Amino acid sequence: MAKLPVSIEALTKGFGPHTAQSIGKRVETGIEPDRVVNTHCCFCGQQCGIQLKVKENEVIGFEPRDSFPFNQGMLCPKGVKRYLQGSHPDRLLTALERNSESSSGFIPIDYNKAIERTAKEITRIQSSFGADAFAILSGASLTTEKTYLMGKFARICLKTANIDYNGRLCMVSAAAGNKKAFGIDRAANPWSDIPKAEVVWISGANIAECAPITTNYVWQARENGAKIIVVDPRITPIARTCHLFLPVKPGRDVALFNGILHLMIEHNWINHEFINSHTVGFEAVAQHVKEWTPKKTAEVTGIAEKLIRKAAELWGRAESSFLLHARGIEHHSHGVENVLGAINIVLASGRIGREGCGYATITGQGNGQGGREHGQKCDQLPGGRDISNPEHRAYIAKVWGVNPDELPQAGVDAYEIMRKIERGEIRGLLTICFNPKVSLPDNNFVTRALEKLEFYAAIDFFLNETAHHADIVLPGSLHEEDEGVVTQIEGRVIKINKVVDPPGDAKQDWKIIQDIAKSLGRERGFTFSTPAEIFQELRIASKGGIADYSGITYDRIEQQNGIFWPCPSEEHTGTVRLFEEGSFNPIAKGNGRFYFPDGKARFNLALYKPPAEDVDEEFPIILTTGRVVSHFLSGTQTRRIGPLVDQTPSPFVEIHPRLADRLGIKNGDMTTVVSRRGEITIKAQIVNTIRPDTVFIPYHWPGKQSANQLTIAAQDPISKIPEYKVCAVKLFRAEQ
Amino acid sequence: MSVPDNLGFFIDPNRCIGCQSCVQACSECDTHKGKSMIQLQYVDRSSSIQTVPVVCMHCSSPTCAEVCPSDAIKRTEDGVMQTARKPRCIACSNCVLACPFGIPKMQTELEMMMKCDMCYDRSSVGKKPMCATVCPSQALFFGTKEEIEKLRPRSQVSNEFKFGKQIIKTKVHIMLPKFTPTKVLDVTAAMHEPVVDKNFDLESLLDNFEV
Repeated sequence: MAKLPVSIEALTKGFGPHTAQSIGKRVETGIEPDRVVNTHCCFCGQQCGIQLKVKENEVIGFEPRDSFPFNQGMLCPKGVKRYLQGSHPDRLLTALERNSESSSGFIPIDYNKAIERTAKEITRIQSSFGADAFAILSGASLTTEKTYLMGKFARICLKTANIDYNGRLCMVSAAAGNKKAFGIDRAANPWSDIPKAEVVWISGANIAECAPITTNYVWQARENGAKIIVVDPRITPIARTCHLFLPVKPGRDVALFNGILHLMIEHNWINHEFINSHTVGFEAVAQHVKEWTPKKTAEVTGIAEKLIRKAAELWGRAESSFLLHARGIEHHSHGVENVLGAINIVLASGRIGREGCGYATITGQGNGQGGREHGQKCDQLPGGRDISNPEHRAYIAKVWGVNPDELPQAGVDAYEIMRKIERGEIRGLLTICFNPKVSLPDNNFVTRALEKLEFYAAIDFFLNETAHHADIVLPGSLHEEDEGVVTQIEGRVIKINKVVDPPGDAKQDWKIIQDIAKSLGRERGFTFSTPAEIFQELRIASKGGIADYSGITYDRIEQQNGIFWPCPSEEHTGTVRLFEEGSFNPIAKGNGRFYFPDGKARFNLALYKPPAEDVDEEFPIILTTGRVVSHFLSGTQTRRIGPLVDQTPSPFVEIHPRLADRLGIKNGDMTTVVSRRGEITIKAQIVNTIRPDTVFIPYHWPGKQSANQLTIAAQDPISKIPEYKVCAVKLFRAEQ
Repeated sequence: MSVPDNLGFFIDPNRCIGCQSCVQACSECDTHKGKSMIQLQYVDRSSSIQTVPVVCMHCSSPTCAEVCPSDAIKRTEDGVMQTARKPRCIACSNCVLACPFGIPKMQTELEMMMKCDMCYDRSSVGKKPMCATVCPSQALFFGTKEEIEKLRPRSQVSNEFKFGKQIIKTKVHIMLPKFTPTKVLDVTAAMHEPVVDKNFDLESLLDNFEV
């Protein structure tokens, strides 16, 4: 039983979060670093270039890295203070074993003993309950080499179908929509196309807080005369000075896209030549959007009809454009439909695959792109291959030296893994780079599931809230303690460089995985001695797939400041912009620009459905959740960095003054927000920048401060992304 | 070592997204390590998400130095107003009270005034100040006037400020929109069924189009 060994308070006392500050060597002036290493930020999908300063194997500060073309020295506050995660008082320096007699709930144990016990428990569980009774939850902040190894480890060492990753909470709706429409899942354009666009359409993307560096690209477009359209239930910082703000009611994005397409067709603001030559399926979609009149669109989306007409005109008449979206339209029980609706208005305009004509989802996690390509998804094999496709299975089985029949079939998504744990179908778990107790919706359920595990091993550098439940904790590596590649927001493969050695008994994560394989007596295929060796195999495994990395080398990445995949040979320059006439396309093979055998993009019907849990009399207000600029995801790192905690110490609830007046809530009042699944009491922030029918809470905190106590575990039927962006709540001023 | 004549500091509050990168990076600069000298504030968070970053404007006729009884505040030849000189500063706070922009800060534990010095250790050797280097929106920009004019055709540059009868010219420039400034909006103005404050109607929202 993986109940907490001791109280949360005792765990927190032992393992934090405590906050690191700039003290000692880090605040001394004029100190000469031993070396300054070019690498990237450890946080979001933009992967800004940064230089880290090292003194005596400690990161003591940073220098801007002006030479990296994406950010040219720019950094958000997380990037500026990221260096404080090193040499941290909470850093795990040894393996730990759960022990409720210990005041902190854990005792340090010998690393090899921890590995042996993990292997023994895996063997016990799998021999008693079957291979699939042991699951792996991995993450998209890992280097691509590690994500590749995790998928391989699950399939041929543990032989379990049940591996999934935290990109399930992030990129999967966009990925599924892109594959259905374009046959490929990657940002279609480099960000340098944004300032060249005449109209920039931003749907459900709080760019200023979640992808801050992208702001400068958007502002540069504005300076060049572009019209900026922002669709969001809140006036986010990027919306404040946009040309057209559409305050969509959460969960209604697809209705807006359908309404826009309706007006584009009505006014003949569509590119017939492009539609005829490069797409299929337009007629059915055109038929479908007939019902989406401006009046109906306004009623459903909650946006003034006049503004919908204006948006359609700006978008429809533009000569060039760039459409960006993010989790705001993707975190829904119909997230894929929303994405398809967005792609439909891009395809109808014909403005894609050219300079200044672009489309992209804004990837969230550090390796959100690379981490979703090479096999740690439950239904995927390396190179973006499909685990249910016999040819794909045969190719990867050959690379791995196994019989294709030995590869498991598709497993289940991350949330379903939790449900299977709760039902007793999965008995053991290994996690790395994933903190589901904070990040999954309805996380009181997640806690109940974790408590049922017979054995749980966690790999991490800090003891995150999920790992509180672990039987064994294995000390892994920070971003700056290993090397490898990641693929950033634009599809550019870049190189993370090792800056310092892991401290104490901590090991690079891929070594830990290989040590478990060895202890299981199945080390064949897990004897790499460097990340470079893993990358060599990954290149071969990805060859011929859509996400083809075979022409990419560490050296080429350094020389070219990153290489855009697909890159099928060392002579190939990489594919900076997708869907250009004549660009590399292994699927269409000259038949067209898009990644289908006929080379044509697909229009898809984008069907409107209300959110899984709409408001009613008892729960009359919409809750939407998201991020703040100073924290990242479940906060395992940023809640331990003092200056970032000072910037945003705790969650809050944003309420429009009209709603606040009605409820008698004043700015700063402690306010209780209740859903069918849980409740939270936090400070009210009364602002007229949010719809009066909606409240907003950022989700980075655990326990009683966790917004995900309230959210609903409804999932998109295709992508299985949870509906973080809409659930029904009521709220009231808490007793003082 | 001095800040080259052709390099200037330009602030564009229209671009500011309130992320506090500048505040966080300021404290990483060697001349004032551990202390942030830049200020970033909401104008009025209840009615807008607008934030404004404030650095020392480096006045050509600096009030802080003029009111300093101990002559502790010096300007280098390149026009950069420096932090108070420790041996001279008597921590009287005259400058803190007098500065029209509210820049100098009294560091009581050090018994001296400190202020933004344009990251002199960096800017005097050809680097950008820390805040303008990291600023993700480039609301803080450091470079030549030619560069900023090319990059920002919709903005105009100004460095003259009026405080009552006092007219102040500054080394740091502010970017102003050439066209209609954006209006402050209530989100309800754009809704399908708005219950609208008369100050925030749909027509005023449409003014933002410039089309």
